[in-house]
Amino acid sequence: MADAHAEAVHVHKEPTRFIWKYVFSLDHKVIGKQYYFLALFSVFVGMCLSILMRWHLVWPDAHIPGLHWLSAAGAPNDQMTPEYYLSLMTMHATLMVFFVLTTAPQSGFGNYFLPIQIGAEDMAFPRLNMLSFWTTFAGLMVLISTFFVADGPPLSGWTAYPPLSGLGSVSGPGEGLGQDLWIISIAIFCVGSLLGALNFIATLLELRTRGMKLMRLPLTCWAWFLTAILALLSFAVLFSAGVLLLLDRVGGTSFFVPAGEVISDKLIRGHAGGSPLLWQHLFWFFGHPEVYIAILPGMGITSHILSCFSRKPVFGYRAMAYSMMAIGFLSFCVWGHHMFVSGMSPYTGFAFSVMTMAIGVPSAIKTFNWLGTLWRGRLQLTTAMLFSLGFVSLFVSGGLSGLFLAQPPVDVNLHAGYFVVGHFHMVMGVAAIFAMFAGTFFWFPKMFGRMMNETLGKIHFWITFVGVYCIFMPMHFLGIAGNIRRYSRFTEVIFLNTPHMIGLHEFMSIAAFVTGAAQLIFLFNLFWSMFKGPKAPQNPWHATSLEWTVPSPPPFDNFGGRHPVVHHGPYEYSVPGAAEDYVMQDSPEAMAAH
Amino acid sequence: MAALALAVLVALITIVSVAIFWGHYWWFPVDISTHGAAMDHQFNLTLIICGVVFIASQLGLAWFVWKYRDRGDGRKAAYYHGNNALEATWTTAAAIVFIGLNLLGYRIWAQTRFTGPSPGALRIEVWAEQFQWYFRYPGPDGEFGPSHPEKMNDAIGNYLGLDREHDQASKDDIVTATLGIPANREVELILRSKDVDHSFYCRELRVHQDVVPGMEIPVHFTTTDEALKHGEGGTPGRYEIVCTQLCGLGHYKMRAFLQVMPEQEFEKWLQQQAAMQ
Amino acid sequence: MATTIAPPKSVTPAATFGQGRNGAGGSGGNGGHGDRWGSAPWTVPDRAYRTGMWMGIAGIVMVFAAFTSALVVRRGLATDWVPTALPHILYLNTFVLVASSLTLELSRRSVRAGDGVRFRRWLYLTAALGLAFVAGQWTAWRELASRGVYLATNPSSSFFYLLTAAHGIHLMGGITALLTLALRAKRLAASGRLVPVEVTSIYWHFMDGLWIYLLILLRVRL
Repeated sequence: MADAHAEAVHVHKEPTRFIWKYVFSLDHKVIGKQYYFLALFSVFVGMCLSILMRWHLVWPDAHIPGLHWLSAAGAPNDQMTPEYYLSLMTMHATLMVFFVLTTAPQSGFGNYFLPIQIGAEDMAFPRLNMLSFWTTFAGLMVLISTFFVADGPPLSGWTAYPPLSGLGSVSGPGEGLGQDLWIISIAIFCVGSLLGALNFIATLLELRTRGMKLMRLPLTCWAWFLTAILALLSFAVLFSAGVLLLLDRVGGTSFFVPAGEVISDKLIRGHAGGSPLLWQHLFWFFGHPEVYIAILPGMGITSHILSCFSRKPVFGYRAMAYSMMAIGFLSFCVWGHHMFVSGMSPYTGFAFSVMTMAIGVPSAIKTFNWLGTLWRGRLQLTTAMLFSLGFVSLFVSGGLSGLFLAQPPVDVNLHAGYFVVGHFHMVMGVAAIFAMFAGTFFWFPKMFGRMMNETLGKIHFWITFVGVYCIFMPMHFLGIAGNIRRYSRFTEVIFLNTPHMIGLHEFMSIAAFVTGAAQLIFLFNLFWSMFKGPKAPQNPWHATSLEWTVPSPPPFDNFGGRHPVVHHGPYEYSVPGAAEDYVMQDSPEAMAAH
Repeated sequence: MAALALAVLVALITIVSVAIFWGHYWWFPVDISTHGAAMDHQFNLTLIICGVVFIASQLGLAWFVWKYRDRGDGRKAAYYHGNNALEATWTTAAAIVFIGLNLLGYRIWAQTRFTGPSPGALRIEVWAEQFQWYFRYPGPDGEFGPSHPEKMNDAIGNYLGLDREHDQASKDDIVTATLGIPANREVELILRSKDVDHSFYCRELRVHQDVVPGMEIPVHFTTTDEALKHGEGGTPGRYEIVCTQLCGLGHYKMRAFLQVMPEQEFEKWLQQQAAMQ
Repeated sequence: MATTIAPPKSVTPAATFGQGRNGAGGSGGNGGHGDRWGSAPWTVPDRAYRTGMWMGIAGIVMVFAAFTSALVVRRGLATDWVPTALPHILYLNTFVLVASSLTLELSRRSVRAGDGVRFRRWLYLTAALGLAFVAGQWTAWRELASRGVYLATNPSSSFFYLLTAAHGIHLMGGITALLTLALRAKRLAASGRLVPVEVTSIYWHFMDGLWIYLLILLRVRL
């Protein structure tokens, strides 16, 4: 497969010094772990912010001990101001969407396992890989810095709609330097993401080992590949939008800010003719592929794990691959469903709604195929399997609520309410996270050479599974009743300030506190097992893909200087006539006619 | 054991969720508009279809987890790569159901959005600013006077920047803090914002529309007699209008009242408001 | 579904499979998969660099696609649009940039022929033309400024500065790449390894083409 002038450029030597081994490492396995821990840090900060939010919503006047240390202006007397609630909400969302859901599933697990699963020694561009991580890290640092500037973090949501986000501090507290830094942080993140995406694509297309045809790729590889394409095309647009917004804020331009703005009796001069809707189009053109970036790797991981622990091939492998391609393509055609009541043309809205219903079809296909994989399987309920099964249940719940929101006349009464919040948390905040948990329990032995504790894992699963349904299913009910989102408190609107509504919020908050606390079990399990877990064998799960043909953890160059040759598809479990109930991808064993 | 627990748990979650949806414990409020029934019908249809799929998928998952668990009896899994006929079937079925459902809702969307109001509709401007709603009636001349941003001054009560001295059309404009409307008459709202994006929503009216600075966005509706039979806090015809697009720290309290009145009462109310200008 | 795969000739299934199923016996060295693996040194094929470059270009295309759509929409909705007359030097700059693409092709020819000296010479000339282009763009900016037309003067001028700056920044990245190549010119020509020059050329020609697209866009839509 190497062409005539190929050169052994990247048999990069194994480094010995700490800084090259663990900090500025070129090794995709180290970089994958770096991304994973960056995401882990971000998810815990994001979760703490959500706990603060849920506390404030049900006890808005409460004194939250120590909050004034986080922000003297935002929480004088430890009482959260309305603007600070919105700032915490903005940071919660930004951290979760960008630094958790776009990093861990793709850059974390993808970086670690894509090269190994395709039989390569590393990514195509290890230096670029290292640069991607540190760029992302820099973006995180800039984002965190917004907590410490005078005006605090921005409060315009992760969606940052202008003019609120485009005018500067005249719009109110939370719209000063923090918003500028937010834009810069996201722009830096975009660059890191683009560099990573092109690495993934080039690696998958050009570095597959002999015999690893596209249709023999594990579905995880398909997911990482397609996600990288989505990232490449969508983050570029977000970058442009961010540049335009920043110019509106500091450069006096009027891309998004119209003329004649009067805020707090102050006439804003100098802007003319800008269009707030232009931002929304640009943002959601990125924003919708983004949510599929968040879920596709999780779908790949779920297929991978369900197959292994059902001891059955994935049902409809090709359909699964094609569905992911369809989802990827259609994700660029549906962004207007966030804008049905935005002032956009209703005809355009209708067109978007048809495309949005269409994207439900490949998602449904995938769900049926997951069920088909379980059908007549021999299910082994390890922790990884439990989380993958949980993913299927949560994806059904979260996906179906999308069907309501996809229809403009139905969306009229659900837009900007808790039905939407419930929907996206179910799919992104829960299903995708369950896939991360599943991936962690599945791949931990390979990554760290030790086994995680199954008992703790299961306790964590049960509490979390019940907990997330208790937190997020009620949001749909509240949404139907008209509960509006992004409100820092519900005391000023009569229909919200009833025991009937607030009572459900209290239930959700308590569920959130319990579920949040249960995550400490996972954290403990993760770090304890890294140092004290029982040593892991090479293939503890008797799985078939190439990562299980190398030691746990793999040597520096993954395959010990040899090249695997692939003879089988990725999910050859329970093959009739085979010696075991699994056939490794590189096994030369002939398989009898089925 | 785990299999049974998971299956039972998933089944329980399914049953409880369905029960709460079915029981309407948290539900839409009364519909006071002529177009609301069709919207609610579309929602219910979607709920039924999604409900069926939800129950089938979740219970299917639960059943499979229980039935196909590894019982340690050496039974092998079935070696099955898939079934193309099945794929084609469920793909087609899903496409028909999803897209069909969408097309069924086409008419109500077209009715409310593709066509404008009839000529005799009562036109009212809705103004949004951080964090208040104001409403403007054109007065007897039927014209809205020009609004001058540089003259806007909330402190002295000139919220809309009207120049009543020099602009003829502004002289009889009526600016209120409550949206008073007559029942059973078509109303056209023209939505305008002074500063940032807001969004106008009244649950009972089934009307929801973003308010974008630099744009004048029309929506139209007609209330029914139901509007006079119900009302917030026991006051007939009184309903809450809320802001649903994040507009800053006061977003949560940006609330006004819709007051639906019989035609004559509405005329009286309007005259009272005019006297207070 | 019939699936029969013949094992490679050099291996007997029983021997390797017996080892292969050892999942529980510790790390087992190289997985104990013995003979059925090749052992040539692992390489990153040249194709990968070209693919990577094209993917990077796809990303840059999307950046400018977003700017283009912003321009079209903003202009379409505007009541405040005052067209910006393009400084004439832009056309000279275009000629300079096209010339630089030609000199880059000449440098590629030299490196293919193994002529390190000519290779470096043409590279420096290309870089110099690139710098001349950037200087010319800067002159265009000065001319607009002298007319009182700045970034925030009008949405039209905003897009002018935005698009030319974005292109210019990317081009300077290209100039850096050219100079890096020039510093390694002798070694590259001797090694016969063309891919660094190839991918740099793809990028540079793309910058050229992008500029022509932007010029037309500015001319027609500004």
